Amino acid sequence: MSKLELKSVIQRYGRQTIVNGVDFRLEQGSIACLLGPSGCGKTTLLRCIAGFEEISGGEILIHDAVVSRAGHRVPPEKRQVGMVFQDYALFPHLTVDQNVGFGLGGTPASERATRVNELLSTVGLAGQGRKFPHELSGGQQQRVALARALAPRPELVLLDEPFSNLDVDLRERLSVEVREILKSEGMTAVLVTHDQHEAFAMADEIGVMFEGRIQQWDTPYNLYHRPVNRFVADFVGKGVFVPGTVRDASNVEIELGVLSSGVPPECSKGCAACGQGCLVDVLLRPDDVIHDDRSPTRAEVLHKAFRGADIMYTLRLESGTEVLSLVPSHHNHAIGEKIGVRLEADHVIAFRQSR
Amino acid sequence: MYEFDWSSIPGALPFLWEGMKVSLEITLTAVVFGVVWGTALAMMRLSSVKPLAFFAASYVNLFRAIPLVMVLLWFFLIVPQLLKSFFSLDPNTDVRLTSAMIGFALFESAYYSEIIRAGIQSVPKGQVAAASALGMSYAQAMRLVVLPQAFRNMVPLLLTQAIVLFQDTSLVYVSALADFFGAAYKVGDRDGRLVELLLFAGAVYFAVCFAASLLVRRYQQKLNAHVAH
Repeated sequence: MSKLELKSVIQRYGRQTIVNGVDFRLEQGSIACLLGPSGCGKTTLLRCIAGFEEISGGEILIHDAVVSRAGHRVPPEKRQVGMVFQDYALFPHLTVDQNVGFGLGGTPASERATRVNELLSTVGLAGQGRKFPHELSGGQQQRVALARALAPRPELVLLDEPFSNLDVDLRERLSVEVREILKSEGMTAVLVTHDQHEAFAMADEIGVMFEGRIQQWDTPYNLYHRPVNRFVADFVGKGVFVPGTVRDASNVEIELGVLSSGVPPECSKGCAACGQGCLVDVLLRPDDVIHDDRSPTRAEVLHKAFRGADIMYTLRLESGTEVLSLVPSHHNHAIGEKIGVRLEADHVIAFRQSR
Repeated sequence: MYEFDWSSIPGALPFLWEGMKVSLEITLTAVVFGVVWGTALAMMRLSSVKPLAFFAASYVNLFRAIPLVMVLLWFFLIVPQLLKSFFSLDPNTDVRLTSAMIGFALFESAYYSEIIRAGIQSVPKGQVAAASALGMSYAQAMRLVVLPQAFRNMVPLLLTQAIVLFQDTSLVYVSALADFFGAAYKVGDRDGRLVELLLFAGAVYFAVCFAASLLVRRYQQKLNAHVAH
Protein backbone atom coordinates (compact mmCIF):
# COMPACT_ATOMS: atom_id res chain seq x y z
CA MET A 1 0.00 0.00 0.00
CA SER A 2 1.47 3.33 -0.97
CA LYS A 3 0.97 6.65 0.74
CA LEU A 4 1.03 8.73 -2.40
CA GLU A 5 0.61 7.64 -5.96
CA LEU A 6 0.56 9.66 -9.16
CA LYS A 7 -0.68 8.04 -12.36
CA SER A 8 0.10 9.90 -15.59
CA VAL A 9 -0.77 13.26 -14.07
CA ILE A 10 -1.24 16.04 -16.61
CA GLN A 11 -1.83 19.69 -15.84
CA ARG A 12 -2.49 22.41 -18.37
CA TYR A 13 -2.91 26.18 -18.20
CA GLY A 14 -4.79 27.09 -21.35
CA ARG A 15 -2.73 25.68 -24.17
CA GLN A 16 0.40 25.28 -22.13
CA THR A 17 1.12 21.88 -20.64
CA ILE A 18 2.85 22.39 -17.31
CA VAL A 19 2.91 18.83 -16.06
CA ASN A 20 3.07 16.28 -18.83
CA GLY A 21 2.40 12.76 -17.61
CA VAL A 22 4.02 12.18 -14.24
CA ASP A 23 4.01 8.80 -12.51
CA PHE A 24 5.50 7.88 -9.19
CA ARG A 25 4.62 6.25 -5.93
CA LEU A 26 5.81 6.87 -2.45
CA GLU A 27 5.77 4.41 0.45
CA GLN A 28 4.95 5.32 4.04
CA GLY A 29 7.82 7.14 5.75
CA SER A 30 9.78 7.89 2.66
CA ILE A 31 11.01 11.35 1.68
CA ALA A 32 11.00 12.22 -1.99
CA CYS A 33 12.23 15.28 -3.79
CA LEU A 34 11.19 16.86 -7.05
CA LEU A 35 14.34 18.47 -8.37
CA GLY A 36 14.51 20.64 -11.44
CA PRO A 37 15.26 24.07 -12.86
CA SER A 38 12.70 26.83 -12.46
CA GLY A 39 9.76 26.48 -14.82
CA CYS A 40 10.02 22.68 -15.00
CA GLY A 41 6.60 22.23 -13.41
CA LYS A 42 7.73 20.94 -10.02
CA THR A 43 5.93 23.54 -7.92
CA THR A 44 2.76 23.17 -9.97
CA LEU A 45 2.93 19.43 -9.46
CA LEU A 46 3.29 19.93 -5.70
CA ARG A 47 0.29 22.26 -5.70
CA CYS A 48 -1.68 19.61 -7.57
CA ILE A 49 -0.79 17.07 -4.88
CA ALA A 50 -1.80 19.56 -2.18
CA GLY A 51 -5.11 20.14 -3.95
CA PHE A 52 -4.64 23.80 -4.86
CA GLU A 53 -4.66 23.07 -8.58
CA GLU A 54 -6.99 21.03 -10.75
CA ILE A 55 -5.41 18.38 -12.92
CA SER A 56 -6.33 17.85 -16.57
CA GLY A 57 -5.58 14.15 -16.74
CA GLY A 58 -4.42 11.13 -14.76
CA GLU A 59 -5.00 10.48 -11.08
CA ILE A 60 -3.54 11.40 -7.72
CA LEU A 61 -4.12 8.96 -4.86
CA ILE A 62 -3.42 9.59 -1.20
CA HIS A 63 -3.58 6.49 0.95
CA ASP A 64 -5.15 4.63 -2.01
CA ALA A 65 -8.06 7.06 -2.30
CA VAL A 66 -8.37 9.14 -5.45
CA VAL A 67 -8.10 12.82 -4.50
CA SER A 68 -7.63 14.30 -7.98
CA ARG A 69 -8.63 13.40 -11.46
CA ALA A 70 -9.79 15.48 -14.41
CA GLY A 71 -12.89 17.37 -13.31
CA HIS A 72 -12.67 16.21 -9.71
CA ARG A 73 -10.63 17.65 -6.88
CA VAL A 74 -10.83 17.03 -3.16
CA PRO A 75 -10.11 20.49 -1.67
CA PRO A 76 -6.85 20.96 0.30
CA GLU A 77 -8.65 21.19 3.63
CA LYS A 78 -10.05 17.67 3.17
CA ARG A 79 -6.77 16.03 2.16
CA GLN A 80 -4.93 15.88 5.49
CA VAL A 81 -1.83 17.17 3.81
CA GLY A 82 0.60 19.38 5.71
CA MET A 83 2.34 22.02 3.70
CA VAL A 84 5.43 24.14 4.31
CA PHE A 85 5.39 27.16 2.03
CA GLN A 86 8.34 28.89 0.44
CA ASP A 87 7.62 32.13 2.33
CA TYR A 88 6.39 30.06 5.35
CA ALA A 89 3.01 31.89 5.31
CA LEU A 90 2.93 32.01 9.11
CA PHE A 91 -0.07 33.84 10.52
CA PRO A 92 1.40 37.19 11.65
CA HIS A 93 -1.50 38.02 13.98
CA LEU A 94 -1.11 34.80 15.96
CA THR A 95 1.59 33.67 18.40
CA VAL A 96 3.88 30.73 17.69
CA ASP A 97 1.69 28.54 19.93
CA GLN A 98 -1.45 29.59 18.08
CA ASN A 99 0.22 29.10 14.72
CA VAL A 100 1.34 25.58 15.55
CA GLY A 101 -2.00 24.73 17.14
CA PHE A 102 -4.02 26.22 14.28
CA GLY A 103 -4.68 22.92 12.55
CA LEU A 104 -5.72 21.24 15.80
CA GLY A 105 -9.15 22.84 15.86
CA GLY A 106 -11.13 19.77 16.91
CA THR A 107 -8.85 18.60 19.71
CA PRO A 108 -9.41 19.51 23.38
CA ALA A 109 -7.35 22.43 24.68
CA SER A 110 -5.13 20.37 27.00
CA GLU A 111 -4.28 17.84 24.30
CA ARG A 112 -3.64 20.64 21.89
CA ALA A 113 -1.21 22.32 24.29
CA THR A 114 0.63 19.03 24.80
CA ARG A 115 1.01 18.46 21.06
CA VAL A 116 2.13 22.06 20.47
CA ASN A 117 4.77 21.83 23.21
CA GLU A 118 5.94 18.46 21.99
CA LEU A 119 6.41 19.81 18.48
CA LEU A 120 8.08 23.03 19.59
CA SER A 121 10.67 21.02 21.48
CA THR A 122 11.12 18.69 18.49
CA VAL A 123 11.96 21.68 16.30
CA GLY A 124 14.13 23.25 19.01
CA LEU A 125 11.84 26.12 19.90
CA ALA A 126 10.67 25.07 23.35
CA GLY A 127 9.60 28.09 25.41
CA GLN A 128 9.24 30.40 22.41
CA GLY A 129 5.52 29.78 22.04
CA ARG A 130 4.39 33.20 23.18
CA LYS A 131 6.39 35.11 20.62
CA PHE A 132 4.96 36.43 17.40
CA PRO A 133 6.42 35.27 14.07
CA HIS A 134 8.04 38.65 13.37
CA GLU A 135 10.05 38.29 16.58
CA LEU A 136 11.78 35.17 15.25
CA SER A 137 14.70 34.73 12.86
CA GLY A 138 14.21 33.24 9.40
CA GLY A 139 15.44 29.83 10.50
CA GLN A 140 13.13 29.84 13.51
CA GLN A 141 10.16 30.87 11.37
CA GLN A 142 10.93 28.00 9.05
CA ARG A 143 10.83 25.59 12.01
CA VAL A 144 7.53 27.02 13.20
CA ALA A 145 6.15 26.45 9.70
CA LEU A 146 7.31 22.84 9.86
CA ALA A 147 5.84 22.32 13.33
CA ARG A 148 2.55 23.84 12.19
CA ALA A 149 2.39 21.50 9.20
CA LEU A 150 3.20 18.44 11.35
CA ALA A 151 0.83 19.24 14.22
CA PRO A 152 -2.36 17.65 12.84
CA ARG A 153 -0.39 14.46 12.00
CA PRO A 154 -1.06 14.72 8.28
CA GLU A 155 -0.92 11.78 5.89
CA LEU A 156 1.67 13.59 3.87
CA VAL A 157 3.91 16.64 4.24
CA LEU A 158 4.68 18.80 1.23
CA LEU A 159 7.56 21.29 1.30
CA ASP A 160 7.83 23.97 -1.38
CA GLU A 161 11.43 25.26 -1.67
CA PRO A 162 11.51 25.34 2.12
CA PHE A 163 15.05 26.63 2.51
CA SER A 164 15.32 29.10 -0.34
CA ASN A 165 14.97 32.14 1.93
CA LEU A 166 17.79 31.07 4.23
CA ASP A 167 21.52 31.63 3.96
CA VAL A 168 23.73 28.76 2.81
CA ASP A 169 25.04 27.64 6.21
CA LEU A 170 21.63 27.55 7.78
CA ARG A 171 20.21 25.83 4.73
CA GLU A 172 22.61 22.91 5.04
CA ARG A 173 22.11 22.54 8.75
CA LEU A 174 18.34 22.83 8.61
CA SER A 175 17.92 20.41 5.71
CA VAL A 176 19.61 17.68 7.76
CA GLU A 177 17.58 18.64 10.82
CA VAL A 178 14.31 18.71 8.95
CA ARG A 179 15.03 15.29 7.51
CA GLU A 180 15.60 13.94 11.01
CA ILE A 181 12.41 15.52 12.30
CA LEU A 182 10.36 14.10 9.43
CA LYS A 183 11.92 10.68 9.99
CA SER A 184 11.31 10.79 13.74
CA GLU A 185 7.66 11.60 13.13
CA GLY A 186 7.50 8.80 10.55
CA MET A 187 6.24 11.25 7.94
CA THR A 188 5.95 10.69 4.25
CA ALA A 189 7.09 13.84 2.51
CA VAL A 190 7.58 15.44 -0.87
CA LEU A 191 10.02 18.30 -1.20
CA VAL A 192 10.41 20.62 -4.15
CA THR A 193 13.73 22.32 -4.84
CA HIS A 194 16.08 23.48 -7.56
CA ASP A 195 19.07 22.94 -5.30
CA GLN A 196 20.60 19.49 -5.67
CA HIS A 197 22.54 19.71 -2.41
CA GLU A 198 19.29 20.25 -0.58
CA ALA A 199 17.76 17.33 -2.47
CA PHE A 200 20.72 15.06 -1.68
CA ALA A 201 20.67 16.05 1.98
CA MET A 202 16.94 15.53 2.43
CA ALA A 203 15.60 12.88 0.14
CA ASP A 204 15.56 9.10 -0.06
CA GLU A 205 14.52 9.27 -3.67
CA ILE A 206 14.65 12.09 -6.16
CA GLY A 207 12.68 12.77 -9.30
CA VAL A 208 14.53 15.04 -11.68
CA MET A 209 11.97 17.10 -13.55
CA PHE A 210 12.30 18.94 -16.83
CA GLU A 211 9.67 20.24 -19.22
CA GLY A 212 6.84 18.80 -17.17
CA ARG A 213 8.20 15.27 -17.05
CA ILE A 214 10.12 13.20 -14.58
CA GLN A 215 13.38 12.50 -16.39
CA GLN A 216 14.61 10.02 -13.82
CA TRP A 217 13.26 8.80 -10.50
CA ASP A 218 16.10 7.35 -8.50
CA THR A 219 18.33 7.45 -5.46
CA PRO A 220 20.77 10.36 -5.16
CA TYR A 221 23.67 7.93 -5.83
CA ASN A 222 22.19 6.65 -9.07
CA LEU A 223 21.26 10.11 -10.31
CA TYR A 224 24.85 11.18 -9.97
CA HIS A 225 26.55 8.05 -11.17
CA ARG A 226 23.97 6.56 -13.52
CA PRO A 227 22.04 9.37 -15.16
CA VAL A 228 19.69 8.04 -17.81
CA ASN A 229 19.92 10.99 -20.16
CA ARG A 230 21.95 14.05 -20.97
CA PHE A 231 19.65 16.41 -19.10
CA VAL A 232 20.04 14.54 -15.83
CA ALA A 233 23.77 14.12 -16.37
CA ASP A 234 24.10 17.83 -16.94
CA PHE A 235 21.74 19.05 -14.24
CA VAL A 236 22.91 16.80 -11.42
CA GLY A 237 26.48 17.36 -10.35
CA LYS A 238 29.24 18.94 -12.33
CA GLY A 239 30.88 17.42 -15.32
CA VAL A 240 31.69 17.75 -18.96
CA PHE A 241 31.06 15.63 -22.02
CA VAL A 242 34.15 14.59 -23.97
CA PRO A 243 34.06 12.85 -27.33
CA GLY A 244 34.94 9.14 -27.38
CA THR A 245 34.91 6.08 -29.62
CA VAL A 246 33.47 2.70 -28.76
CA ARG A 247 36.19 0.02 -28.71
CA ASP A 248 34.03 -2.97 -27.80
CA ALA A 249 31.01 -3.88 -25.70
CA SER A 250 32.41 -2.42 -22.50
CA ASN A 251 35.23 -0.10 -23.43
CA VAL A 252 35.32 3.40 -24.75
CA GLU A 253 38.40 5.27 -25.81
CA ILE A 254 38.76 8.95 -25.12
CA GLU A 255 41.70 11.27 -25.40
CA LEU A 256 42.82 10.49 -21.86
CA GLY A 257 42.75 6.74 -22.27
CA VAL A 258 40.47 3.74 -22.46
CA LEU A 259 37.58 3.58 -20.08
CA SER A 260 35.29 0.79 -19.16
CA SER A 261 31.89 2.27 -19.79
CA GLY A 262 28.40 1.35 -18.99
CA VAL A 263 26.13 0.79 -21.92
CA PRO A 264 25.19 4.16 -23.34
CA PRO A 265 21.64 4.51 -22.00
CA GLU A 266 20.46 5.74 -25.34
CA CYS A 267 21.74 2.60 -27.11
CA SER A 268 19.20 0.15 -25.86
CA LYS A 269 20.97 -2.83 -27.38
CA GLY A 270 24.31 -1.89 -25.96
CA CYS A 271 27.59 -0.80 -27.46
CA ALA A 272 27.88 -4.04 -29.34
CA ALA A 273 24.85 -3.19 -31.41
CA CYS A 274 26.15 0.27 -31.91
CA GLY A 275 29.34 -1.27 -33.01
CA GLN A 276 33.01 -0.63 -32.89
CA GLY A 277 33.90 2.88 -33.89
CA CYS A 278 30.57 4.34 -32.86
CA LEU A 279 31.05 7.90 -31.67
CA VAL A 280 29.83 8.74 -28.16
CA ASP A 281 30.01 11.53 -25.60
CA VAL A 282 31.48 10.41 -22.32
CA LEU A 283 30.47 12.12 -19.08
CA LEU A 284 33.52 12.99 -17.00
CA ARG A 285 32.90 14.12 -13.43
CA PRO A 286 35.49 16.38 -11.77
CA ASP A 287 36.49 13.50 -9.50
CA ASP A 288 37.23 11.24 -12.50
CA VAL A 289 40.17 13.42 -13.56
CA ILE A 290 43.08 13.15 -11.13
CA HIS A 291 46.03 15.51 -10.92
CA ASP A 292 49.26 13.49 -11.09
CA ASP A 293 52.64 15.17 -11.68
CA ARG A 294 54.10 11.90 -13.03
CA SER A 295 51.46 11.50 -15.67
CA PRO A 296 52.68 12.10 -19.20
CA THR A 297 49.33 13.63 -20.17
CA ARG A 298 49.52 17.38 -19.69
CA ALA A 299 46.71 19.86 -19.50
CA GLU A 300 46.69 23.66 -19.28
CA VAL A 301 44.95 25.40 -16.38
CA LEU A 302 42.20 27.65 -17.81
CA HIS A 303 40.28 28.61 -14.67
CA LYS A 304 40.47 27.75 -11.02
CA ALA A 305 37.94 28.10 -8.27
CA PHE A 306 39.29 27.86 -4.75
CA ARG A 307 36.77 26.09 -2.54
CA GLY A 308 38.64 25.66 0.73
CA ALA A 309 39.47 21.99 0.94
CA ASP A 310 39.86 21.66 -2.79
CA ILE A 311 40.21 23.57 -6.01
CA MET A 312 38.01 23.06 -9.05
CA TYR A 313 40.28 23.37 -12.08
CA THR A 314 39.05 23.83 -15.61
CA LEU A 315 41.71 22.23 -17.79
CA ARG A 316 42.35 22.21 -21.52
CA LEU A 317 43.73 19.01 -23.02
CA GLU A 318 46.07 19.08 -25.99
CA SER A 319 43.22 18.55 -28.41
CA GLY A 320 41.39 21.55 -27.00
CA THR A 321 38.83 19.50 -25.06
CA GLU A 322 38.01 21.03 -21.69
CA VAL A 323 37.58 18.91 -18.56
CA LEU A 324 37.00 19.65 -14.88
CA SER A 325 39.22 18.31 -12.15
CA LEU A 326 38.76 18.45 -8.40
CA VAL A 327 42.16 18.66 -6.72
CA PRO A 328 43.13 18.99 -3.03
CA SER A 329 43.76 22.67 -2.49
CA HIS A 330 47.46 22.46 -1.56
CA HIS A 331 48.10 21.62 -5.23
CA ASN A 332 47.95 25.27 -6.07
CA HIS A 333 48.77 25.91 -9.74
CA ALA A 334 48.66 29.16 -11.65
CA ILE A 335 46.44 29.82 -14.61
CA GLY A 336 48.31 28.97 -17.82
CA GLU A 337 50.48 26.36 -16.10
CA LYS A 338 50.58 22.86 -17.59
CA ILE A 339 49.91 20.07 -15.09
CA GLY A 340 49.88 16.30 -15.36
CA VAL A 341 46.52 14.54 -15.26
CA ARG A 342 45.26 11.00 -15.52
CA LEU A 343 41.92 9.30 -15.44
CA GLU A 344 40.68 7.41 -12.49
CA ALA A 345 37.21 6.32 -13.40
CA ASP A 346 36.10 2.75 -13.15
CA HIS A 347 32.63 3.44 -14.42
CA VAL A 348 31.63 6.27 -16.67
CA ILE A 349 28.51 7.08 -18.61
CA ALA A 350 28.42 7.59 -22.33
CA PHE A 351 25.70 8.91 -24.62
CA ARG A 352 25.57 8.42 -28.36
CA GLN A 353 26.83 11.50 -30.12
CA SER A 354 24.03 13.57 -31.42
CA ARG A 355 26.11 15.31 -34.06
CA MET B 1 -17.40 96.81 12.43
CA TYR B 2 -19.26 93.72 13.53
CA GLU B 3 -19.46 93.34 17.29
CA PHE B 4 -19.15 89.75 18.50
CA ASP B 5 -21.47 88.72 21.26
CA TRP B 6 -20.85 85.21 22.63
CA SER B 7 -23.28 85.53 25.51
CA SER B 8 -25.97 83.30 24.06
CA ILE B 9 -23.62 80.25 23.97
CA PRO B 10 -23.29 79.28 27.68
CA GLY B 11 -27.03 79.08 28.16
CA ALA B 12 -27.43 77.03 24.98
CA LEU B 13 -24.80 74.41 25.90
CA PRO B 14 -27.26 71.74 27.15
CA PHE B 15 -29.25 72.05 23.92
CA LEU B 16 -26.06 71.95 21.85
CA TRP B 17 -24.95 68.83 23.76
CA GLU B 18 -28.26 67.17 22.83
CA GLY B 19 -27.41 68.01 19.22
CA MET B 20 -23.90 66.58 19.61
CA LYS B 21 -25.40 63.35 20.94
CA VAL B 22 -27.51 63.07 17.78
CA SER B 23 -24.44 63.62 15.60
CA LEU B 24 -22.45 61.00 17.51
CA GLU B 25 -25.35 58.59 17.44
CA ILE B 26 -25.65 58.84 13.67
CA THR B 27 -21.87 58.50 13.26
CA LEU B 28 -21.69 55.43 15.48
CA THR B 29 -24.63 53.67 13.83
CA ALA B 30 -23.33 54.39 10.37
CA VAL B 31 -19.82 53.16 11.28
CA VAL B 32 -21.05 49.92 12.86
CA PHE B 33 -23.56 49.18 10.14
CA GLY B 34 -21.18 50.39 7.44
CA VAL B 35 -18.39 48.06 8.59
CA VAL B 36 -20.68 45.03 8.87
CA TRP B 37 -22.55 45.59 5.61
CA GLY B 38 -19.37 46.88 3.98
CA THR B 39 -17.56 43.64 4.89
CA ALA B 40 -20.40 41.64 3.38
CA LEU B 41 -20.29 43.77 0.23
CA ALA B 42 -16.50 43.44 -0.01
CA MET B 43 -16.70 39.66 0.27
CA MET B 44 -19.46 39.54 -2.32
CA ARG B 45 -17.42 41.70 -4.64
CA LEU B 46 -14.42 39.38 -4.29
CA SER B 47 -16.59 36.28 -4.58
CA SER B 48 -16.37 34.02 -7.60
CA VAL B 49 -20.17 33.89 -7.71
CA LYS B 50 -20.83 36.33 -10.54
CA PRO B 51 -24.28 37.68 -9.55
CA LEU B 52 -23.06 38.49 -6.03
CA ALA B 53 -20.00 40.29 -7.37
CA PHE B 54 -22.16 42.17 -9.84
CA PHE B 55 -24.64 43.20 -7.17
CA ALA B 56 -21.90 44.46 -4.85
CA ALA B 57 -20.14 46.35 -7.63
CA SER B 58 -23.37 48.01 -8.74
CA TYR B 59 -24.25 48.95 -5.18
CA VAL B 60 -20.86 50.51 -4.54
CA ASN B 61 -20.77 52.35 -7.86
CA LEU B 62 -24.30 53.67 -7.42
CA PHE B 63 -23.77 55.08 -3.95
CA ARG B 64 -20.38 56.49 -4.80
CA ALA B 65 -21.77 58.29 -7.83
CA ILE B 66 -24.56 60.25 -6.16
CA PRO B 67 -24.22 63.10 -3.65
CA LEU B 68 -24.76 62.21 -0.02
CA VAL B 69 -27.17 65.07 0.50
CA MET B 70 -29.42 63.66 -2.20
CA VAL B 71 -29.41 60.21 -0.60
CA LEU B 72 -30.35 61.84 2.69
CA LEU B 73 -33.20 63.74 1.10
CA TRP B 74 -34.56 60.62 -0.56
CA PHE B 75 -34.43 58.77 2.71
CA PHE B 76 -36.02 61.71 4.45
CA LEU B 77 -38.87 61.63 1.95
CA ILE B 78 -39.28 57.88 1.39
CA VAL B 79 -38.26 55.99 4.51
CA PRO B 80 -40.71 57.70 6.87
CA GLN B 81 -43.57 56.66 4.61
CA LEU B 82 -42.31 53.09 4.42
CA LEU B 83 -41.66 52.81 8.13
CA LYS B 84 -45.02 54.23 8.96
CA SER B 85 -46.88 51.95 6.60
CA PHE B 86 -44.87 48.83 7.58
CA PHE B 87 -45.13 49.27 11.31
CA SER B 88 -48.45 51.13 11.14
CA LEU B 89 -47.02 53.93 13.26
CA ASP B 90 -48.83 57.04 14.22
CA PRO B 91 -48.30 59.45 11.28
CA ASN B 92 -46.95 62.01 13.75
CA THR B 93 -44.09 59.79 15.05
CA ASP B 94 -40.72 61.40 14.37
CA VAL B 95 -38.70 58.96 12.28
CA ARG B 96 -36.27 61.55 10.92
CA LEU B 97 -33.42 60.24 13.08
CA THR B 98 -34.04 56.64 11.97
CA SER B 99 -34.20 57.57 8.31
CA ALA B 100 -31.05 59.67 8.61
CA MET B 101 -29.26 56.73 10.23
CA ILE B 102 -30.38 54.34 7.51
CA GLY B 103 -29.38 56.79 4.81
CA PHE B 104 -25.91 57.29 6.26
CA ALA B 105 -25.43 53.61 6.95
CA LEU B 106 -26.30 52.52 3.41
CA PHE B 107 -24.25 55.32 1.91
CA GLU B 108 -21.17 54.77 4.06
CA SER B 109 -21.24 51.00 3.47
CA ALA B 110 -20.26 51.67 -0.11
CA TYR B 111 -17.13 53.52 1.01
CA TYR B 112 -16.35 51.08 3.80
CA SER B 113 -16.67 48.14 1.44
CA GLU B 114 -13.97 49.60 -0.79
CA ILE B 115 -11.64 50.09 2.17
CA ILE B 116 -12.34 46.57 3.38
CA ARG B 117 -11.91 45.08 -0.07
CA ALA B 118 -8.48 46.68 -0.32
CA GLY B 119 -7.72 45.39 3.17
CA ILE B 120 -8.70 41.84 2.29
CA GLN B 121 -6.66 42.01 -0.88
CA SER B 122 -3.66 43.24 1.07
CA VAL B 123 -3.48 39.89 2.90
CA PRO B 124 -1.24 37.58 0.84
CA LYS B 125 -3.03 34.70 -0.91
CA GLY B 126 -0.60 32.30 0.73
CA GLN B 127 -2.40 32.90 4.02
CA VAL B 128 -5.60 31.33 2.73
CA ALA B 129 -3.61 28.49 1.19
CA ALA B 130 -1.84 27.90 4.50
CA ALA B 131 -5.13 27.86 6.36
CA SER B 132 -6.74 25.44 3.94
CA ALA B 133 -3.71 23.14 4.10
CA LEU B 134 -4.41 23.05 7.84
CA GLY B 135 -7.96 21.89 7.29
CA MET B 136 -9.85 25.19 7.28
CA SER B 137 -12.68 25.84 4.87
CA TYR B 138 -12.68 29.10 2.90
CA ALA B 139 -15.14 30.68 5.34
CA GLN B 140 -13.02 29.65 8.34
CA ALA B 141 -9.85 30.91 6.68
CA MET B 142 -11.58 34.22 6.01
CA ARG B 143 -12.83 34.56 9.58
CA LEU B 144 -9.74 33.34 11.45
CA VAL B 145 -6.90 34.39 9.20
CA VAL B 146 -7.76 36.97 6.56
CA LEU B 147 -10.23 39.31 8.24
CA PRO B 148 -8.28 39.75 11.51
CA GLN B 149 -5.19 40.75 9.53
CA ALA B 150 -7.17 42.85 7.09
CA PHE B 151 -8.90 44.78 9.88
CA ARG B 152 -5.68 45.35 11.74
CA ASN B 153 -4.26 46.97 8.61
CA MET B 154 -7.48 48.86 7.91
CA VAL B 155 -8.21 50.40 11.29
CA PRO B 156 -6.53 53.74 10.53
CA LEU B 157 -8.42 54.09 7.24
CA LEU B 158 -11.70 53.08 8.82
CA LEU B 159 -11.24 55.64 11.58
CA THR B 160 -10.32 58.37 9.11
CA GLN B 161 -13.47 57.57 7.20
CA ALA B 162 -15.40 57.79 10.49
CA ILE B 163 -14.02 61.30 11.05
CA VAL B 164 -15.19 62.36 7.60
CA LEU B 165 -18.52 60.78 8.37
CA PHE B 166 -18.80 62.74 11.61
CA GLN B 167 -18.35 65.95 9.65
CA ASP B 168 -20.85 64.82 7.05
CA THR B 169 -23.55 64.25 9.66
CA SER B 170 -24.05 68.04 9.56
CA LEU B 171 -25.84 67.41 6.25
CA VAL B 172 -28.88 66.14 8.16
CA TYR B 173 -29.85 69.80 8.47
CA VAL B 174 -31.73 69.21 5.20
CA SER B 175 -34.24 67.24 7.25
CA ALA B 176 -34.34 69.92 9.93
CA LEU B 177 -33.04 67.36 12.41
CA ALA B 178 -31.29 68.97 15.38
CA ASP B 179 -27.84 67.44 15.23
CA PHE B 180 -24.97 69.52 16.60
CA PHE B 181 -24.83 71.76 13.56
CA GLY B 182 -28.63 72.04 13.40
CA ALA B 183 -28.80 72.91 17.09
CA ALA B 184 -26.18 75.62 16.72
CA TYR B 185 -28.01 77.03 13.75
CA LYS B 186 -31.31 77.09 15.63
CA VAL B 187 -29.82 78.85 18.64
CA GLY B 188 -28.07 81.41 16.45
CA ASP B 189 -31.21 82.04 14.46
CA ARG B 190 -33.30 82.44 17.58
CA ASP B 191 -30.88 84.91 19.24
CA GLY B 192 -29.82 86.71 16.08
CA ARG B 193 -26.25 85.50 16.75
CA LEU B 194 -25.81 83.17 13.77
CA VAL B 195 -22.19 84.17 13.03
CA GLU B 196 -21.02 83.47 16.59
CA LEU B 197 -22.86 80.17 16.83
CA LEU B 198 -21.58 78.94 13.48
CA LEU B 199 -18.01 79.99 14.36
CA PHE B 200 -18.37 78.15 17.64
CA ALA B 201 -19.76 75.06 15.91
CA GLY B 202 -16.90 75.16 13.44
CA ALA B 203 -14.38 75.36 16.27
CA VAL B 204 -15.95 72.35 17.98
CA TYR B 205 -15.95 70.28 14.78
CA PHE B 206 -12.33 71.24 14.22
CA ALA B 207 -11.29 70.35 17.77
CA VAL B 208 -13.03 66.98 17.71
CA CYS B 209 -11.85 65.96 14.23
CA PHE B 210 -8.30 67.23 14.61
CA ALA B 211 -7.85 65.49 17.95
CA ALA B 212 -9.28 62.29 16.51
CA SER B 213 -7.03 62.39 13.48
CA LEU B 214 -3.99 62.89 15.73
CA LEU B 215 -4.98 59.77 17.63
CA VAL B 216 -5.37 57.85 14.37
CA ARG B 217 -1.94 58.97 13.22
CA ARG B 218 -0.45 57.83 16.50
CA TYR B 219 -2.11 54.46 16.17
CA GLN B 220 -0.86 54.19 12.59
CA GLN B 221 2.72 54.83 13.72
CA LYS B 222 2.43 52.18 16.39
CA LEU B 223 1.08 49.73 13.84
CA ASN B 224 3.89 50.46 11.41
CA ALA B 225 6.49 49.97 14.10
CA HIS B 226 4.90 46.64 14.99
CA VAL B 227 4.85 45.41 11.42
CA ALA B 228 8.32 46.66 10.54
CA HIS B 229 10.14 44.32 12.92
